[in-house]
Amino acid sequence: MTSYSLILRTAARFLLPLLLMFSIFLLLRGHDLPGGGFIAGLVASCAFVVYLFAFDVAPVRRMLRLDPRSMVGVGLLLAALSGVPAVFFGEAFFTGLWLELELPRIGEIKLSTPLVFDIGVYLVVLGSVMAIVMALAEGEE
Amino acid sequence: MTLLVGLPVVLPLVLGALSLAIWRFPVAQRVVALVGTAVLLLLGIALLWAVIEHGPMATALGEWRAPFGIVLVADLLSAIMVLMAGIMGFVVALYSLGTVSRGHESFGYFPLLHLLLAGVCGSFLTGDIFNLYVWFEVMLLSSFALLVLGGERAQMEGAIKYVTINLFSSAMLLTAVGLTYGLVGTLNMADIAVKFDGAEDGGRVTVIAMLFMVAFGIKAAAFPLFFWLPASYHTPPVAVSALFAALLTKVGVYAMFRMFTLVFDADTAYTHNILLWIAGFTMVTGVLGAAAQFEFRRILSFHIVSQIGYMLMGLALFTPLALAGGLYAIFHNIIVKTNLFLVSGVAYRLQGTYQLKQLGGLYRSHPGLGVLFLLSALSMAGIPPLSGFFAKFILVRAGLEIEAWVIVAVALAVGIGTLFSMIKIWAEVFWKARPEEATTGAPVMDVASPGLHWLYVPIVLLAGLTVLIGVAGQPIFEVSMQAAEQLLDNSAYIEAVLGSEEGS
Repeated sequence: MTSYSLILRTAARFLLPLLLMFSIFLLLRGHDLPGGGFIAGLVASCAFVVYLFAFDVAPVRRMLRLDPRSMVGVGLLLAALSGVPAVFFGEAFFTGLWLELELPRIGEIKLSTPLVFDIGVYLVVLGSVMAIVMALAEGEE
Repeated sequence: MTLLVGLPVVLPLVLGALSLAIWRFPVAQRVVALVGTAVLLLLGIALLWAVIEHGPMATALGEWRAPFGIVLVADLLSAIMVLMAGIMGFVVALYSLGTVSRGHESFGYFPLLHLLLAGVCGSFLTGDIFNLYVWFEVMLLSSFALLVLGGERAQMEGAIKYVTINLFSSAMLLTAVGLTYGLVGTLNMADIAVKFDGAEDGGRVTVIAMLFMVAFGIKAAAFPLFFWLPASYHTPPVAVSALFAALLTKVGVYAMFRMFTLVFDADTAYTHNILLWIAGFTMVTGVLGAAAQFEFRRILSFHIVSQIGYMLMGLALFTPLALAGGLYAIFHNIIVKTNLFLVSGVAYRLQGTYQLKQLGGLYRSHPGLGVLFLLSALSMAGIPPLSGFFAKFILVRAGLEIEAWVIVAVALAVGIGTLFSMIKIWAEVFWKARPEEATTGAPVMDVASPGLHWLYVPIVLLAGLTVLIGVAGQPIFEVSMQAAEQLLDNSAYIEAVLGSEEGS
């Protein structure tokens, strides 16, 4: 599996943090601009997949910490639960709730239940892609 | 109050995600499954209670009002079906503890179980036709995975037929949904019903109706496209068979009841006449197919098909009494059929085979199991005072009232055929002595293992239920009657969905 290509390994080291940051950017931007949890999750899994090609499965597994299948579960849980808080405010399920915070220096931040939903989607996509890719990579050996 | 309508969908989704998150802890997954399905059962009771008190209820997800957003609607039929799903979920979760192997559990049995229940409850509650398609897919995807869990050769063979025909029917369903949207520009079922009522182009509506009928007919395993069911239902672990038998085809039947009372109730002379033919042939082919089988679960699978015929007969006759009979048949059949599958699982645990020829002597060794089997078997064949008798009685009476002699004769004859099949199982599995060669050849499981007693708990529960809804049939009949009247006079349903728009 491991290709001992120096170029790929060096590039993967740089690409991993870059792509992960980009994926977070896409995730946060997604609310009213192109982006969102799905595409961000795909970008994040690209980051890990490139790393996996360069360094094999084991380091990636260590880096993820959470088993990808559990990650899918946590993501689904987040997404499903993001619809629940609305109920406590007397609204229907999945009604969007917004929390606006004034932070010193940073400025105004809007936190919302759709964001929680998107983070859930992000984790589901990342988890399922990684589960598939890792299973394929391990199956080859 | 409307919170109650959403919870039966959200709860299994959350439970499924939770059990996926705790992938590594099988004991915790089992606890989640038991407690979670018990809560679902309680929710079902609460929902039914609320609907009986207040009439149909609707909630718009995310406050996106009908007819633009997705609504969840609970009328009596939906509420009862959700309750049924709750009962079955709980019973099967209980039964799984003793029958689903560690290996299956580690491949995600419990998360899939919850996801399947979410799909089923979602299909029962949604008031949006495209959303119905989505819930069908959720349910089917989890059922695909459950069906091949373990990956044995026979499972793969069954699964290929199952997946292919179901994808075909899904494609057809999607086409029908698309055509509907093209015709009236809405996906909300209540809104479609209103707009179809005023549609001038009756021909195109009938075409769409037929597309829906084929799509749901495949999913309900009605004649002529039922072969996928007996080809696949006997292959997975028995708890999965039981769950499929309980809920999957019934979702198809439910969708037919919903669409052909709420939406396509204009050209009944055409559509419901075809339904009547389908119902008759489904009954007959199912029962004849069963007569030729000598595998415990295959016989039961063919009887699922034949029982679907009774339910469709209720819908096809299209009188209040007939609809009530069809609904009664659904409730009765879910309980009884599941129980028969559960009994077959115990027989397998005891003697290591599903082949009738190799089974035997169970009445001598386990008389209690024999009695439990007889209760369910005779109930299915329609022997009074068990629940199946009343289901058939109502249907036959409804048929006689509108002088549909042929279908009544068919229904009665098929009842005798069912009795024949059940007696065959009784004679082979329980009555005759165990064949000599089988006692040495078959891998007999450890009878004294504590798990076995747990298997009896759900079977006793369900047998008790079938006796109860037989002996105390009156309240259940009254609820079915009310549900049938709600189906025929759909104004309350439409008002619950679209009326909330003006109320805000």
